[in-house]
Amino acid sequence: MANKAQTTSTLYKQTLLAGLWRENPVFRLLLGMCPTLAVTAAVKPALTMGLSVIFVLLCSNIVVSLMRNLLKAHLRILMFTLTIATFVTIADLFLKAFVPRMSEMLGPYVPLIIVNCIIICRAEACASKNNLLVSTIDALGMGVGFTLTLCVLAGVREVLSTGAIWEIKVLPAWFVPWAAMSMPAGAFITLGLLLGLVNVISKKRT
Amino acid sequence: MDTLNILLMAFISIVLINNLVLTKFLGICPYLGVSGRIDMAFGMGMAVTFVVTLSGTMTWMIDHWILMPIGLEVTRYVCFILVIAGAVQLVEMYIRKFFPSLYESFGIFLPLITTNCAILGLCLFINLWGIDNLLEAVVLSFGAGIGFTMAICIMAGIRENLNMADVPRCLKGAPITLITAGLLTLAFMGFAGMIK
Repeated sequence: MANKAQTTSTLYKQTLLAGLWRENPVFRLLLGMCPTLAVTAAVKPALTMGLSVIFVLLCSNIVVSLMRNLLKAHLRILMFTLTIATFVTIADLFLKAFVPRMSEMLGPYVPLIIVNCIIICRAEACASKNNLLVSTIDALGMGVGFTLTLCVLAGVREVLSTGAIWEIKVLPAWFVPWAAMSMPAGAFITLGLLLGLVNVISKKRT
Repeated sequence: MDTLNILLMAFISIVLINNLVLTKFLGICPYLGVSGRIDMAFGMGMAVTFVVTLSGTMTWMIDHWILMPIGLEVTRYVCFILVIAGAVQLVEMYIRKFFPSLYESFGIFLPLITTNCAILGLCLFINLWGIDNLLEAVVLSFGAGIGFTMAICIMAGIRENLNMADVPRCLKGAPITLITAGLLTLAFMGFAGMIK
């Protein structure tokens, strides 16, 4: 009995950790690239985006997990999308009401969470097969992993494009900002190089 | 004459200057996933063009003629995604019936057009830019599809040649594709001064 309890707790721990590194949505599965590239010009919008994604992912995973026995196979994707769209509407209205400046900055990328592949992927791969607890933990792991990735990418880009993090100057005055880093081109190239770096690190480990 | 001018400008701007893939980061998943071979890239581009034209027009009509008069803008996202899912289902059935080989090679990416951000993104941008003219909405949707097709075909062309290049081991696959996309974006920034 003790042994069984132990294996379940390792399962939970592994599910939680999978999203952070081994199955990191952006670096490993290449999911949810659009918001990753679009909102990472600075750390603040990136964090807002990450938190909204955690909220939507958590709610949709919980709802999908609760109704997994009622789903018809050919209608399930539609049900997932409608569930997600509902929660995204909630998140969008919330942002508009309480942080209007951020909401304006993120623009259409908040409603675009609906078509974020991470959320549908987790609903399909995890929540529609597992019980409530595992789905919740999985959503937390994946969401936090996604948010951390966004913040890393945004940190690199913000430092290089303005010499500041979280709008606080960190680099000395002689630093010449690379304006290109805040533009679309900078996003693509930074993410490409970061992916290369992740490849190098993970190869060394094995 | 004036209307024609506006429509032409809208078309050029959405294809070259505000290209959804290269400047708005929409539709990156198929852009990286299906751009391995040029014929598949073109087929994908055509499918997306069809879906985006259909759903861009439909969502504009639903938004302006149904949701706005009865004040149900809150349900906008849910309605949009339903329209898009329906349009994709239509395309999927059509391709499976008439081009079975193409259907095979698309695999999972065909139903994934539903979750292609370029399509929902365009519907939202039409709403955001406050386009209040049906014709302009149609032209914008069609132009967005053409822009996507162009971007994905250019990318496929580059990647076919990239196979022969000597890329550092850790950058093989997705990373080098992203870096190529970055350089392509830089090139497209040259168009930015063309209008206004």
